[in-house]
Amino acid sequence: MTLIRKPLSRRSILRAGAAGGALLAAPTIFTSRAWAAGYVNEPTGSTVTLGFNVPQTGPYADEGADELRAYQLAVEHLNGEGDGGMLNTFSSKALKGSGILGKKVEYVTGDTQTKSDAARASAKSMIEKDGAIMITGGSSSGVAVAVQALCQEAGVIFMAGLTHSNDTTGKDKKANGFRHFFNSYMSGAALAPVLKNAYGADRNAYHLTADYNWGYTTEQAVRESTEALGWNTVETVKTPLAATDFSSYITPVLQSDADVLVLNHYGGNMVNSLTNAVQFGLRDKLVNGKNFEIIVPLYSRLMAKGAGANVKGIFGSTNWHWSLTDEGSKAFVQSFGQKYGFPPSQAAHTTYVQTLLYADACERAGTFNPCGVVEALEGFEFDGLGNGKTLYRAEDHQCFKDVLVVKGKENPTSEFDLLEIVEVTPVEQVTYAPDHPQFAGGALGSCNSGA
Amino acid sequence: MLGLDKKDTSTFLLVVALVVFAPFLLNPFPDGSELAQFNAGYPDLMQRFLIFGIFAIGFNILFGLTGYLSFGHAAFLGVGSYAGVWMMKLLTMNVVPAIIMSVIFAGLFSLLVGYISLRRSGIYFSILTLAFAQMSFSLAYSVLTPITNGETGLQLNLDDPRVLGVSQVGGSIPAANFFGLAMRDSYELVLGNWLFTFNAGYYLCAVVMIAAFYVSVRIFRSPFGMMLRAVKSNQNRMNFTGLNSRPYTLAAFVISGMYAGLAGGLMVAMDPLAGAERMQWTASGEVVLMTILGGAGTLIGPVLGAGFIKYCENIFSKINDNILYQWFSALPDAVADFLVFIIHPFIGKGWHLTLGIMFMLIVIFLPGGIMEGISRIGKLFSRKKAEQGPNGTAAPAPAE
Amino acid sequence: MDAIFLQILNGLDKGSAYALIALGLTLIFGTLGVVNFAHGALFMIGAFCAVTLQRILTLSFETIDPERLDFLGNPLKVKTPYVESWFGPEMGAAIIDWSVPLAILFSIPIMALVGLMMERGLIKHFYKRPHADQILVTFGLAIVLQEIIKYFYGANPIPTPAPAAFAGSFDFGAMLGFDPNVIIYPYWRIVYFLFSAAIIGGVFAFLQFTTFGMVVRAGMADRQTVGLLGIDIDRRFTIMFALAAVVAGLAGVMYAPINSPNYHMGMDFLVLSFVVVVVGGMGSLPGAVLAGFVLGILESFASMAQVVALFPGINQIVIYLVAIIILLTRPRGLMGRKGVMES
Repeated sequence: MTLIRKPLSRRSILRAGAAGGALLAAPTIFTSRAWAAGYVNEPTGSTVTLGFNVPQTGPYADEGADELRAYQLAVEHLNGEGDGGMLNTFSSKALKGSGILGKKVEYVTGDTQTKSDAARASAKSMIEKDGAIMITGGSSSGVAVAVQALCQEAGVIFMAGLTHSNDTTGKDKKANGFRHFFNSYMSGAALAPVLKNAYGADRNAYHLTADYNWGYTTEQAVRESTEALGWNTVETVKTPLAATDFSSYITPVLQSDADVLVLNHYGGNMVNSLTNAVQFGLRDKLVNGKNFEIIVPLYSRLMAKGAGANVKGIFGSTNWHWSLTDEGSKAFVQSFGQKYGFPPSQAAHTTYVQTLLYADACERAGTFNPCGVVEALEGFEFDGLGNGKTLYRAEDHQCFKDVLVVKGKENPTSEFDLLEIVEVTPVEQVTYAPDHPQFAGGALGSCNSGA
Repeated sequence: MLGLDKKDTSTFLLVVALVVFAPFLLNPFPDGSELAQFNAGYPDLMQRFLIFGIFAIGFNILFGLTGYLSFGHAAFLGVGSYAGVWMMKLLTMNVVPAIIMSVIFAGLFSLLVGYISLRRSGIYFSILTLAFAQMSFSLAYSVLTPITNGETGLQLNLDDPRVLGVSQVGGSIPAANFFGLAMRDSYELVLGNWLFTFNAGYYLCAVVMIAAFYVSVRIFRSPFGMMLRAVKSNQNRMNFTGLNSRPYTLAAFVISGMYAGLAGGLMVAMDPLAGAERMQWTASGEVVLMTILGGAGTLIGPVLGAGFIKYCENIFSKINDNILYQWFSALPDAVADFLVFIIHPFIGKGWHLTLGIMFMLIVIFLPGGIMEGISRIGKLFSRKKAEQGPNGTAAPAPAE
Repeated sequence: MDAIFLQILNGLDKGSAYALIALGLTLIFGTLGVVNFAHGALFMIGAFCAVTLQRILTLSFETIDPERLDFLGNPLKVKTPYVESWFGPEMGAAIIDWSVPLAILFSIPIMALVGLMMERGLIKHFYKRPHADQILVTFGLAIVLQEIIKYFYGANPIPTPAPAAFAGSFDFGAMLGFDPNVIIYPYWRIVYFLFSAAIIGGVFAFLQFTTFGMVVRAGMADRQTVGLLGIDIDRRFTIMFALAAVVAGLAGVMYAPINSPNYHMGMDFLVLSFVVVVVGGMGSLPGAVLAGFVLGILESFASMAQVVALFPGINQIVIYLVAIIILLTRPRGLMGRKGVMES
């Protein structure tokens, strides 16, 4: 009888046993108490398992599918298959295409259903059943925050997928969680100057805001940034998440003296509210001699596709776009496009990059131990992953990089060519202090390796 | 035994045995084998089986006995969860006060909802409960954000007061525990190629669930249970005899609401987060499905239904094409491609489709739910035995 | 004043969508006694008829344009729809532009067929089963149908614009002598309202003034007696089911330009439309229509900023709150009959 600490990857235990040539005949009891070193799900065999937790059902299923494609591509590249993608352009050269720390990368997938509960159940099963050492993915901030807290508790690393709310690295930040995606504050800071140039400093804005956390932080960020440049906020109205028809929220805009409508909506909400706003002729309206304008702070290509021709000429911000021409983006678009036949979305990009960043951090730390990985990622500066020079800030585990301001394209050449880049806002302009009021409260705590 | 008749005692002992040995029973396939994907013997899912089992048992006390179909029971589970998390934030990480408060709050809320909704019957009652639950969900998701933390769900923080405990231990939130025994602690047993996990939280759930099951059996067999059945068969006639049925149905409603709160409390004890989606109509619908699929009005049926749905949700959604190719790796490529192509729509992102088809099949062919399936199989065997028997006397088939 | 007028328009518009779906639900429930949770899925399939026709009309062949490059740096493949090459670019573009109205014709046979198959293949066997079983099996069917749609069309909404001729808005204000461009309403939404009104009127006229309708109404009141009179009520009920499916499908086709269709739009409407049906009173067609409009208008008013400022969150819950109040004051909804679905 041997007494060993519990949290081990079950697969690796058995593989190690099988590799040793002898099956364990006598019952062996592993307990959760006695053992000094080690950490949850330490990979002891020849493979390491990553957990890809994305929405596969529900309204964000297509975005989740794109994330999953990017993950599969990343795993191929890490294991030295395919053309290597961004491994060739990444400024850190620790990754050699031989897996992570010599272990072949395997993965398990799960469905978050875009619900906190389901996402946590799925992540738990990856940790408890499949021995995943890192969880990544997700397409909404609620899920990201919930899974991040779970990973902190369980002692594994969480590499956030698409999550844009300030809270993820603000009041709900966790030591084991990292976000590459940009956030509401950055959207506001990047958009405001562009909007001022395009529409002037004397504007009256009307906000429609989805009635949940992400909506609140985005509204606040855009409002504060635009007001700082002289805009006036006429009214902010919250719309129910379940709303499908926004007509009764759009018609009051007609009667206000607003000349800009800001739609703090995402996904299906945004597609419907934008479609409705255009139906009501807002874009043909003249107020105080100025053209009425609509703004969508957070754009994604899939949403632009759903809204069809309605997005033409509408400003918004995005984390990344496939038409970027730096070496990293080109390499990624090339290998993604070759494999799947269409260009990747921003969700695919951020998840691919997060996987590479995690793998690279393990290589540099020389261990899978979450505390080592945290140390390697904190304050890490890198380049060549598509957004120019980037910093993983130690204080809040947020990436700081250039932000794209985009506009719906007037004459798309294909069904993917829906957005055009108006400006690449330099990182200095979107950087904020870690204790900025929009991010106040919360603390990272200390890293947890499950020991 | 324990005031149960012989048949109920054996049912009860069967449930106890199933629950105690679940870590073995749910891990039938050796680790590392292709079929290990279908193992369900890991703590989180086993806890979920029991918690949703409690939820469904409670729901069955209302629906199975009185026939009142509530479409709002998820709201009680949600309220219980919020109460539980708040206890952990304010008081202590010991799960006992959290669970007790969950039950109390859910009970109070169900008293309010039940008092109003039970003025109507049939579908009008269903819509009233649905309306209350949807209102709770919408408000918890939006305007009640200060109390519920909205979309993200209510969670523990490092700076929570926890007056009877500690706010944090070395930069981490302390673990939920039962008088010092951490809920996430496990003992693992390796037997040959099998690995079995015995989780502290699971066995806490097991004790609670067995107690809840026992109480439900006693209610089913009590005069009170008889009265509830009378409501189901003919409420009018009952009222004509001068009996007011409302206090009985209200009592059943509150009891089942407290069961829901108990489930909610256990849920946060296992995993300290309370999300608003727990109260959505789909969650209420889920417990209805569990109960009817398993067999409404039967004792074990709802538990089986709960297990069935949670199994589908957690196991089928995790199978991906990669795993399929591993299964079929022995076959020629073309055959493997074809099989993957055929199976692909039903797994991973298609698990809803599988669930929908299984619902339909069960409802179409087994009107009494899974329990009817089991008793049919039972009958089949007993008939065979009878035919093979020396005298050919048909054994009487068990009715339930 | 303008604001209230506009919200009434919004309410009528929303209400007509609720009323159409609730009408179909009540038709099936009233005639066949079946609670059909798959009715939202029929609405969704209708909308996807419009999507499908749009896809068919834009079926394209590819020509290579060596001048331009695609995202991988290969020569760009330019897609030209077949209809444009057959009928000339202008005529072809016009046909594609009118795909939603054309989809009305396209959807009627499809929806009738879907309805027939559902009734003959599944629902028929559930006439004598408890309502709970009916709910379960149709709910399962709804999941299956929406997952099939998701498998072929994805989860993302698909834009299906109305013809360009309907793109603008009608200016009520200018017509009534107010400031222009304040009280305006999109043409397509007006069309949708008129269309719904026409369908609702058509269904009532059909039940009221035709022999077929008379028999069906008699069957709703007392199925057994009508059967004893030697009338093949079953066949008529099958036709009623197909009719209800067509009504739901048409509602879906016409709704497609208002909000881009996605696979779960049926579920989004399902719960609301059940609340509408019950508030109207189980089994009452006029009740369903009335409740649809009442709830639509109240929902629109509750979303006004002034109202929300007084009662925070009221816009989220108004329908349910009103449903509770109505059910507590009127035990069987607005126009419900005694003894229907009460036990």
